[in-house]
Amino acid sequence: MGSITLTNIQKSYGAVNVLHDINLAIAEGEFIVFVGPSGCGKSTLLRVIAGLEKVTGGDLSINGERVNDVSAADRGLAMVFQSYALYPHMTVRQNLAFGLENAGMPKVEITQRIGEAARMLEIEQYMDRRPGQLSGGQRQRVAIGRAIVRRPTAFLLDEPLSNLDAELRVSTRAEIAALHARLKSTMIYVTHDQVEAMTLANRIVVMRAGRIEQVGTPLDLYNQPANRFVAGFIGAPHMNFVEGTLESPNGTQMLHTAQGDVLHLPQHVESIAPGAPVTVGLRPQHISLSDDQSGFAAQVKLVEALGSETVIHASAFGTKLLAIVPGQRRISTGDTIYLSYANAPLHLFDQSGLRIATVQTEKGYSPTFV
Amino acid sequence: MSAAIRFLTRRKGGKGWHWTDIVTWVWLIGGLFIMFGPAVWLAFSSFKTPQGLAEFPPSILPYVTQQVKVEGYEKPLMLYNAKMPDGSTRVLAEVRRIGIVSQMVDPKAPGEIIKVNIGDRQPVREVSFATENYTQPFMQFDFFRYLWNSVFVTVTATLITLVVNSMAAFALSKYEFKGRNLAMLTILATLMVPLSVILVPLYSIISTVGLFNSLWGVILPTVATPTGVFILRQYMLTIPDELIDAARMDKASEWQIYWRIIVPLTAPALAVLAIFSVVWRWNDFLWPLIVLSRRELYTLQVGLSIYAGELNVQWHYILAMTVVTMIPVVVVFIFLQRFITTGIAGSGLK
Repeated sequence: MGSITLTNIQKSYGAVNVLHDINLAIAEGEFIVFVGPSGCGKSTLLRVIAGLEKVTGGDLSINGERVNDVSAADRGLAMVFQSYALYPHMTVRQNLAFGLENAGMPKVEITQRIGEAARMLEIEQYMDRRPGQLSGGQRQRVAIGRAIVRRPTAFLLDEPLSNLDAELRVSTRAEIAALHARLKSTMIYVTHDQVEAMTLANRIVVMRAGRIEQVGTPLDLYNQPANRFVAGFIGAPHMNFVEGTLESPNGTQMLHTAQGDVLHLPQHVESIAPGAPVTVGLRPQHISLSDDQSGFAAQVKLVEALGSETVIHASAFGTKLLAIVPGQRRISTGDTIYLSYANAPLHLFDQSGLRIATVQTEKGYSPTFV
Repeated sequence: MSAAIRFLTRRKGGKGWHWTDIVTWVWLIGGLFIMFGPAVWLAFSSFKTPQGLAEFPPSILPYVTQQVKVEGYEKPLMLYNAKMPDGSTRVLAEVRRIGIVSQMVDPKAPGEIIKVNIGDRQPVREVSFATENYTQPFMQFDFFRYLWNSVFVTVTATLITLVVNSMAAFALSKYEFKGRNLAMLTILATLMVPLSVILVPLYSIISTVGLFNSLWGVILPTVATPTGVFILRQYMLTIPDELIDAARMDKASEWQIYWRIIVPLTAPALAVLAIFSVVWRWNDFLWPLIVLSRRELYTLQVGLSIYAGELNVQWHYILAMTVVTMIPVVVVFIFLQRFITTGIAGSGLK
């Protein structure tokens, strides 16, 4: 129980298309995270699944049954809203009971289910308070509790952590993960925070402008991003991109940037024609500081010393480049440093942004720079 | 107590007087007189005798001329302070007045008639409350019948107003449908049509459906108020839609959303509308006067008009009964005024 299938789902408001041809199969018990920048349609997609918005085209089925015309109440789903949407005039107990009473459940069972959820979420001592008398974190638990007592086919969570402070967000994130492990029900989670997506998801759905860009496990997305957008969105801080044209004058392929800088590729990629415009993607974590003067030179623009690691904002290849190096370094703004991309995956994207190949440099890779 | 005095005598100028202190005091005291003065005057005047009301110059407190029973005279006589030719002042009772000469007697020695110029006598007056202004109407006038009619009309009309208007406001604020704004505008536009314009058509409708001479005929045309719909709609717009989505996910029917979510959350605006509606319906005069022609159906306001005849207006009864009819409205205000302020602030109106 709990599989959801979306086939060619479309949603438009008048002439404005918000969702284009969404195809997705969510397996039972899966934790799926929709992630994307604001306005990408992820919340709309969640509301379409919930039944709060009608689909304009395509089929939505839950447990194999087409539910396009089934009302939100009868889809057997429960939703946790961004603002929690607790009924302000009811106590916590009444908030939890409201849905069950509407379903005509016997009183004994309601009491038992509420007690169970309250114990699970440790909200027993606030049961007779109103939402206004609770802190943000407590309200959050009540909102989740209201979903749990329904024992839904699937949980839909719409940016549930966005109203919490940073510290509480981390602990609640862990609790949601624990809750999923315990309940083993399908959960669909919407967020714009890619750290939440990476830590919680079984599979991440990256969305942009009403389309799914890529679906995959967090590490798949990190290691093999389908395109430049996904590569830039997943991973923090975001990936560095160096644009240029690929040429191979003497057998080795090199990326020539507009400024005349050259970036060497360790392997020959057959699928790229000479002279083709290519973007090379390199994660900040994969750039290291060379102790000797091998590698490429970069101008330091800003140094952020975080203690355990140092974030260097530099400029090289005619673009801004971020590098994260472990430990504490004596580097200051204005210095010229030498960076290397040995033992690092280089992602190559074509003009349309699709990934052509990922090439791995070897451990001691140190090309000579012209 | 001393804290209260310190608070009241606090001045911007510290020890001296800043001009804003003076303006504030003048403004506040002037405001007190303008707002509260007429009400106090009404309350005191309602205790005056018809003679007291006709007196010029008028007084605030209800004064009556003292009367005394004098041996040999059937009726009680008025007492005056009369100035004697020798300059002394005596308290005398007036027997009759002929021209500018008043024939008076000493109540202690009623045998001798003393002639006094009317310019030389002043009535002996005392403050006296003519409570019969209140008690008489309760005996003769069908006060309790009228009171019951007024209460019935006010309570029923207010309840129906709250239910009908909140339903309309719910639909106009929380449902998306074609012509929603047009419907709202049309409702608001009716604010510009005064009752006197639609009086005749309204009358023919009421009499056609057989509600003439029935309290329902007074109640039903008044229950749908554009002001009420507007106040409630504006308030409901501030209730987040996510609450309604949450209720839908919680298997609530549209009726349950209205009754269990929207109505409790709209309570402050409903209280404001309830106060307005009570005041409107309680003070309604023209429409009940037209619909009701049988005495036993009169509301208080219509009943009061009995005292204003074509030739003779019984002001003392009108004033007394006006005070009585004010009491419920004042009580409603005292109990619900905190809702008025919070509710009006919330609805951003008036």
